[in-house]
Amino acid sequence: MAQVLDSYINKSVNIVTSDGRIIIGILRGFDQAINIILDDSHERVFSATDGVEQVLLGLYIIRGDNVALIGEIDEELEKNIDFSSIHADPLRAVKT
Amino acid sequence: MLFYSFFKSLVGKDVVIELKNDLSITGTLHSVDQYLNVKLTEVQVLDPEKYPHIQSVTSAFVRGSVIRYIQLPPDDVDTQLLQEATRKEVTQPRKE
Repeated sequence: MAQVLDSYINKSVNIVTSDGRIIIGILRGFDQAINIILDDSHERVFSATDGVEQVLLGLYIIRGDNVALIGEIDEELEKNIDFSSIHADPLRAVKT
Repeated sequence: MLFYSFFKSLVGKDVVIELKNDLSITGTLHSVDQYLNVKLTEVQVLDPEKYPHIQSVTSAFVRGSVIRYIQLPPDDVDTQLLQEATRKEVTQPRKE
């Protein structure tokens, strides 16, 4: 039933994890537990005082339990974002 | 399975999803599966000032386990019918 993710395969996606991190990467694979394979990934670290920091991660597998949201990135919108000017608190963790 | 069927009947309607990390997003319900994982199109964050984290996301898959509330369009929900259906599910043993 997780085939709805098929349309995101080989596209740039934005993963929100249950601990509130944002990881961007190319979705290479997934399974019914929403375990995820991400290629060329990096984390975006948000901060209220500094701009957004990007941390390179590379090839990542994220266990489905820790995935909160998978968003398809609109490349046009993405191009116009000035990350150095974004000041925001990191997302909170998902309360369990 | 009742609520799975119920949400399937709301596909195409606009809903607001509040996550357990307090992030609220609105969008058009695209699909739902047996775990109540939800896929939205035309995604917008309700408070983009506070949550710029997923601003370039247009379509999103949300894991059912991190959803706190789904706000529904009241005109599209027959609460009377839904309540009767929930009672029926309790009193009638499910057919195998």
